[in-house]
Amino acid sequence: MSGLIEIEALTLRRDGRDVLRGVELTLAAGERLAIVGANGSGKTTLLRCLVGLEPPQEGRVTLFGTPCRREAEFRAARPRIGFLFQDSDDQLICPSVIEDVAFGPLNLGARPEDARRRAEAALAQLDLTHLADRFTHRLSGGEKRLVCLAGLLAMRPDVLLLDEPTNGVDTENGRKLRAALMAFDGAMILVSHDDGFVAEIATRAAVLHDGRLHPAHVHTHPHLHSHPHIHED
Amino acid sequence: MTLPPLLPCDLRARLIAGVAVLLLIAPLAHLGPALAALAGVLALIVLRRQPIPWRRLWHLEAFLILLLVTLPFSVPGTPILELGPLSASREGVLRAGVVAAKVAASVLFLTLLFAGVEPARLGTTLRALHVPEALVRVFLGLVRYLGLIRAEMQRLQDAMRARAFRPRSNLHTWRVYGYLLGMMLLRALARAQRAEDAMRLRGYTGRFLHDTPSPLTAPDRIAALALPLLAAANLGWDLIAKGAGSA
Repeated sequence: MSGLIEIEALTLRRDGRDVLRGVELTLAAGERLAIVGANGSGKTTLLRCLVGLEPPQEGRVTLFGTPCRREAEFRAARPRIGFLFQDSDDQLICPSVIEDVAFGPLNLGARPEDARRRAEAALAQLDLTHLADRFTHRLSGGEKRLVCLAGLLAMRPDVLLLDEPTNGVDTENGRKLRAALMAFDGAMILVSHDDGFVAEIATRAAVLHDGRLHPAHVHTHPHLHSHPHIHED
Repeated sequence: MTLPPLLPCDLRARLIAGVAVLLLIAPLAHLGPALAALAGVLALIVLRRQPIPWRRLWHLEAFLILLLVTLPFSVPGTPILELGPLSASREGVLRAGVVAAKVAASVLFLTLLFAGVEPARLGTTLRALHVPEALVRVFLGLVRYLGLIRAEMQRLQDAMRARAFRPRSNLHTWRVYGYLLGMMLLRALARAQRAEDAMRLRGYTGRFLHDTPSPLTAPDRIAALALPLLAAANLGWDLIAKGAGSA
């Protein structure tokens, strides 16, 4: 009962290959865990196992103190977990931004006017009010990302799972994203192959390698290097 | 000398034989010939040592179940069973049996011919048989992108589940399914546009690499002729039975 999320000895095989081998993970309240690893090291798969989208061959997943094995058990926990997908297009289902952000609250049984209010609040929180009536498929990559995040925040989750949050996000939207994540008071797991962004936000880090999760640490050190920059004239 | 191949190896011969046999099975009207067709196909499956595709067959028959149940009651004739105001006729039961046997025979035959064939190869075969190029392209494009679109649909559904969506019988559910279909359509169109752009960027001028088809071998020709001939003989029996029968 110590963590929000607990994983014990999780093993997942796909096409005869061990994608995850005995992964152990605990996420405590308020913790921001960064998981880094190469492409194809199983980071996304791990997150999918966590919310029950992918059934593992072995191991136990405990969400908020309840062991989850069957779909019904995961279903009960999902409203408390916001999962930001790697590809925003996979997550935007409704034609307009406001409808998409209200989708989660409606699923939780909110009345339409309450769902709209929650959606508006979530958009305002991310400084996205001006996007409310835009079409989701016409947004830029960075805007899509933030709208997806607003859709998750509208459900008031306790935990955020972020799969490559900086994918296709420009500097300006990246700044908004970072601010929003720093302001989120729940726990989160950030998964990325680019450790720069996640190291800034994370309070703890781990490396996924060879299907196992190895503890790592976040540290800051000065760099004596130069690299090219582009600035407006 | 090994056994004759029973089935043509060449896909062109298979396609022609398959279409011909299906056309010859379709008009069968009597139970005897229909069952004979089914038995023939089953014999081929056994001789080729193929497993019977129960799942596929079951899906199909489940789809037909409404027809098979209502036919006995809707065809006029000698009553054999009374259910209140409804009466099942002997002719109706026979008709249902004929339909079931013909459908099963056709599907099993198609499965036997094409289940193990790579769909992309079927495209080149259609082209070799002078099917219009546009249709071949549509078919090949479908084969190429079906998997991608299916995966996209799966990811969208996962995303919906992750955001606590559960299908219920309410307006929200129907609206969301509408959105899902609309979104799939939009993204399929966008993908088609991107694929076309990529083709144009690589200098596509409307031509693809074609293989020149090799001539059919003698065993293939024999097998491609023998199967439709058997089916034609079966149809002949059916027509004679029609002449002799009183119905």
